[in-house]
Amino acid sequence: MKDPIDRRGFLKIAGVSIGLGTLYSAAPVLRGNPATEMLRALGEKNGEMQTPFTFVQLSDPHVGFSGPPDPLGTKAFEHAVEVVNALPQRPELVLFTGDLTHDSENKDEHAGRMKLFKEIAGRLKVPKIMYVPGEHDAGLDGGVMFREFYGPTNYSFDHRGVHFIALDNVSRAKPEVGPEQLAWLKKDIARFSRTAPIIVFTHRPLFDLKPEWEWFTSDGDDVMNVLAPYDNVTVLYGHIHRDDEHHTAHAKHYAARSLIFAFPDPEKVADKKPIPFDKAHPFANLGIRQIAEHPGRKPNTSSLAIEDVELSLREFSGVNGIQQLLKHTDL
Amino acid sequence: MKTRNLLLMSAVILGMSLMLVVTLTLRASTKGLRHGSAMPLARKAESQPPNSGPRVVKIMAKRFAFTPNQITLKKGEPVTLELTSEDVTHGFYMKALKLDEVIVPGKPTEISLTPQTAGKFTTICDHFCGAGHGNMNMTIIVEE
Repeated sequence: MKDPIDRRGFLKIAGVSIGLGTLYSAAPVLRGNPATEMLRALGEKNGEMQTPFTFVQLSDPHVGFSGPPDPLGTKAFEHAVEVVNALPQRPELVLFTGDLTHDSENKDEHAGRMKLFKEIAGRLKVPKIMYVPGEHDAGLDGGVMFREFYGPTNYSFDHRGVHFIALDNVSRAKPEVGPEQLAWLKKDIARFSRTAPIIVFTHRPLFDLKPEWEWFTSDGDDVMNVLAPYDNVTVLYGHIHRDDEHHTAHAKHYAARSLIFAFPDPEKVADKKPIPFDKAHPFANLGIRQIAEHPGRKPNTSSLAIEDVELSLREFSGVNGIQQLLKHTDL
Repeated sequence: MKTRNLLLMSAVILGMSLMLVVTLTLRASTKGLRHGSAMPLARKAESQPPNSGPRVVKIMAKRFAFTPNQITLKKGEPVTLELTSEDVTHGFYMKALKLDEVIVPGKPTEISLTPQTAGKFTTICDHFCGAGHGNMNMTIIVEE
């Protein structure tokens, strides 16, 4: 799959899959006066100059889920933590885009899942970990328990000159952001110049990807209209348990794979059912995704080559081998 | 004297009849108010002859399914969908048919709908209701 991107963009964000998550590198592309102007403006606005860094997006571990689509529970999540910790270039930031836990009507049980998630995520050797909720975390209680464990469900912060915005499109129980958060968003970004690099991270897609599967946010268009004046917007989300890229004139949207099980391509199947677990290839659908940038055919453009690579069973040999893991399951 | 007694008795009977009529009328009004706007339409569908108003289609939501899970409507035919929940709050969403409702337990929700496009439409519960929420949906078929 090839997709042209504008090389004149002021922030280059390249994603490289690391097996069970995506490692992003963010670096300013200095090309004459506009970029210099942007850096100066950002430095004035938030006291930080934009400098290269890497970060990781992890999504949908559903801690507490147990069932045929993934009998291994938290193993994929725990492995992802190990992979991130072993990266030669340690990321400065990890973003979790929701469904940290699988919901439970028993509050104590759900709290136990929140605690277990926090314990596993706490093994990450990164300076900063940020979260947004998914509907399984916050849909039943309006985000009350999520806030007790992880803090606010929407907020923003600046990191090395990039403005990050956490949007909550699950706590109102319906797939929506809501008028209060929209008003907050307008106020939050008002101080930035048109060229400011902005990364929004949220749970559900902010566009109509597949409404019949609840892959949408009903006021997602309103969010994108607020962001439309800005040239450099990237949206990272989860929820759909599979890769997806969607480019519009003003923004690029990227979905992360899940850390529990995968959903199929909605264009190819009628029913929303998880891809069945395959003992012979237990992590096939949670495999490696690599993105490499190449010069494009047209001047000032580049192409992204995306390659899917199956996660090797060799990584699970020895005492942590897949057969040993399966011994502890019902399969 | 006999005539006077007869007149008096007639007046008493007439008065009692009037009181009975007034009492019955008041009871009927109270009942209508107590049940809100959902009941008159439901009663109308039961008591009035066909073709006198929109057809009423009842849909019940209960985690994690709608019953029935498929209904068939006719393009251009006005219908009233009467939605109820038997457990928790559910949603009822189908963008193309402009359906976006919340179904609260104990409070029937009515939707007046005249479908303008034939086809098969998947309607979902879009109000998170628990672990099986992601697959709670039903089909609305609109025939030409």
